[in-house]
Amino acid sequence: MADQIPLSMTVNGRTRRGLGEPRLTLADFLREQALCTGVHLGCEHGVCGSCTVMMDGQAVRSCLLFAVQADGADITTVEGLAPDEETLHPVQEAFRDCHGLQCGFCTPGFVISVAAFLEANPDPSDEEIRHGISGNLCRCTGYQGIVAATRQAAAVMKGNEQS
Amino acid sequence: MSQSAAAARYVGQSVKRLEDPRLVTGHGRYVDDIVLPGMLHAAFGRSDLARATITRLDTVEAEALDGVYAVYTGADLNSYNDSLRASLHSPESPAPPANMLAEGDVRFVGDPYVMVVAESRYIAEDALDLVEVEFEPLEAVVDYEIAAESEHHVHPELGGNLAHDLPVPNPATDEAFENAAHTITETWHQHRQTNVPMETRGIVASWQPHAGVMEVWASTQSPHELQLVGARVLGIGEHKMVVHFGDVGGGFGQKMFLGREDMAVLVVAKLLGSPVKWIEDRRENLLASNHARIEQMTVKMAVGEDGSFLAADLDQLEDDGAYPLGGPATPGAMATMLYPGPYRMGPVSWRARTVYTNTCGRGAYRGPWQMESVAREQMIDRVAREIGMDPLELRRRNVLRPEDLPYQVSTGLHFETTISPEQTLEQAAEMIGYDDFRAEQAAAREQGRYLGLGMALYIEPTSMGMGPLGTESAMLRVEVDGHVNVFMGTGSHGQSLETTIAQLVADELGVRPEDVTLHQGHGSGYGFGTGGSRSAVIAGSAARAAASGVRDKVVAIAAHLMEASADDLEVADGVISVKGTPAASMTMAQVAATAYQNSDALPPGTEAGLEHTARYKAPPSTHSNACHICTCELDPGTGKVTLLRYVVSEDCGVLINPMVVDGQIAGGVVQGIGGVLYEHAVYDESGNPLASTFLDYLLPTAAEVPDLECGHVVVPSDTPGGHKGTGEGGAIGAPPAIFNAVADALAPFGVYPNRQPLDPNAVLSLIASSPNS
Repeated sequence: MADQIPLSMTVNGRTRRGLGEPRLTLADFLREQALCTGVHLGCEHGVCGSCTVMMDGQAVRSCLLFAVQADGADITTVEGLAPDEETLHPVQEAFRDCHGLQCGFCTPGFVISVAAFLEANPDPSDEEIRHGISGNLCRCTGYQGIVAATRQAAAVMKGNEQS
Repeated sequence: MSQSAAAARYVGQSVKRLEDPRLVTGHGRYVDDIVLPGMLHAAFGRSDLARATITRLDTVEAEALDGVYAVYTGADLNSYNDSLRASLHSPESPAPPANMLAEGDVRFVGDPYVMVVAESRYIAEDALDLVEVEFEPLEAVVDYEIAAESEHHVHPELGGNLAHDLPVPNPATDEAFENAAHTITETWHQHRQTNVPMETRGIVASWQPHAGVMEVWASTQSPHELQLVGARVLGIGEHKMVVHFGDVGGGFGQKMFLGREDMAVLVVAKLLGSPVKWIEDRRENLLASNHARIEQMTVKMAVGEDGSFLAADLDQLEDDGAYPLGGPATPGAMATMLYPGPYRMGPVSWRARTVYTNTCGRGAYRGPWQMESVAREQMIDRVAREIGMDPLELRRRNVLRPEDLPYQVSTGLHFETTISPEQTLEQAAEMIGYDDFRAEQAAAREQGRYLGLGMALYIEPTSMGMGPLGTESAMLRVEVDGHVNVFMGTGSHGQSLETTIAQLVADELGVRPEDVTLHQGHGSGYGFGTGGSRSAVIAGSAARAAASGVRDKVVAIAAHLMEASADDLEVADGVISVKGTPAASMTMAQVAATAYQNSDALPPGTEAGLEHTARYKAPPSTHSNACHICTCELDPGTGKVTLLRYVVSEDCGVLINPMVVDGQIAGGVVQGIGGVLYEHAVYDESGNPLASTFLDYLLPTAAEVPDLECGHVVVPSDTPGGHKGTGEGGAIGAPPAIFNAVADALAPFGVYPNRQPLDPNAVLSLIASSPNS
């Protein structure tokens, strides 16, 4: 067995330290050592997007990164978006309002992807939304509620910015 | 419909889901989130060959790897095999040999033959690389069309590859065919697809020695199937089998039954005395969970001069693969029996056959016998083209009208008066703007653009009230503080039952939905779980009955305490009040506290407590129906099909939560889009699977899907809430509607597709074969 390497990263604003072999994926580190079980593994080959997290402000697939590649990074998972236990992030609220989830397994990845997408493109057209979220797979909703949720979140977040 | 309920306050509303706050924040609890002290991890070694003899299997090196606890082969586990049967499968009917691990030979690529248990999944997979195995390859049976005649047998124990052959001749069809103005024949093919829940299968099993208790967490649609079959496999009683039900990331039929791997994990957890977790990876899920829709139906239809359907003769053939999940089934028999669907069809004769092949086993996939709608609706469009009649007009001439109901179908089905095929057909035609589209299509063709329209109409038998599927129970308890716990045998995995059951209970009992918590799994009464479009009708009716029983008692107690007449009381949002005098009231919490903690104050003869259990027995079938119409544009240069609009008019009776109904329809429709245009679990001629990742097995993304438009026709069913099942319907109507749209767009080329997928290659070869080019 390869040597265990010390790891340290900021996860949802808190420093998380751990140990892992060089082959330990970021997803497994986040799930098992940082206890962020909202990071879901749907394919482990970088297609489904369920494991999407923000790393230093960029949406990344945590199944395609080794934990050592994220050493020292600032990670936000779906658990880190809501400001407090009573309040949801506008993207999370929109997913609930628009029935953007059924089984909920792909949802954490979608929520992070949509939050990152709207950060980069605050006023997207429907066409841009559909392409912007086409890197995440959902098998339950037929994407209807997810597209609607992205529209709603864009409007709300824009409004929040202006107010 | 129930008369006892308070006026519907929540049923019919798009109540926001109670599940969602935890799920959108990453606080769901799926099986892979379960971590137990001392938990070990399992991984399976699987065959890379479709059919082969195992000539050597040596696990010594694997066992020696640091961190490995045990390595098992078929010889170690298969003594438990006699008990592997699923609940729906009769022990008397023929079946492939039951085994957890292949022993002696392997029968499809993905067949598990060795299992490693180690301290981490990483180490378990390392150990699999150290297992030494040699195979002697054998000729595989891959093509199901010729499997029955093959000299090579998938299961030598059975002496042949034919699993079922059910001929149902009907001499009355002969005369109809002799006198028909038109006789049209075609063979319709579906292709191999798979369910692909975003969460793969998985299980955690923890044996408690001396207590003799097996505690299980699993990704399942049916906690009681797991409890029942698991207990049988382990040789323990169901009272010692504790099945926890958490969040489940989809199933679409795949998680209705235990897989061979699930059973192996249960056995191994008991043998080792340590908790064992197995989480299927995506490659395993694509290759070895279950496949579906590998089938064809040859249809011969007799049609009159005026387009009336006079008779049909059907020949259905389906591939069961090697080890069908849940046991060998005969969906083909259902598909042929249901073929007449929402039309006056005349006599029907049929034959349904199923064969084994050296491929991944067949399993239930959302609408498991939807071949009836695929074959019928595609056939109707073909008939329309052959006889030169508009396909909407042809359907209008044959569709079941309100005056035809109730209707006895020649194949034995009986349709009650509560179906509405004609109404949904007309509503969908109106929504799509049928005549306008035809004009637009004609104009587009003038400009060399190829638009198409496809429609499909179906009736679905939902909530089937037979055998193990026939009932569900609800144990409802108002707690001392007035909040409500309901325990049910369902297995919600995306269907929103925590919300919709709460809505039903809220109305019936007189509380708010957020005051109700649904508990599934351990502690609930037997039920078959969630699947088969059954939960709204069967589980919903049980919940309603349990709530009604408690409500009667709440009213009786409150009337006594308030010195009012029970008839004058109403219960809503947790408050019991005198009608017209809202100030005279008490709360559910006050009634409950009295019932449990001050039982001497109860009306004389009233049993203490506030709880009720009800079990609902469903009628043989509750039929829902729908019409799907979609339009597409086809690019003859690239073969690409773009869906333009998609409308659905459906009748699921009384809607509990319209948002949830529309969501179920949308999900099913998009699975149909994937099935017809993108997804294909294809094998090569030697039985090697060519789609083992999401780069090869293409699921539709948001970019491939149009906005869906849903219309509702509401004809209440005769069941207590007036509901009908709707979980599967989207996946039944969509494939033929999309297929017909593409076929319509191809019509100017004079070509007649008869098989899916209609991917760009298939479309281009059809165009290349055009007699007009």
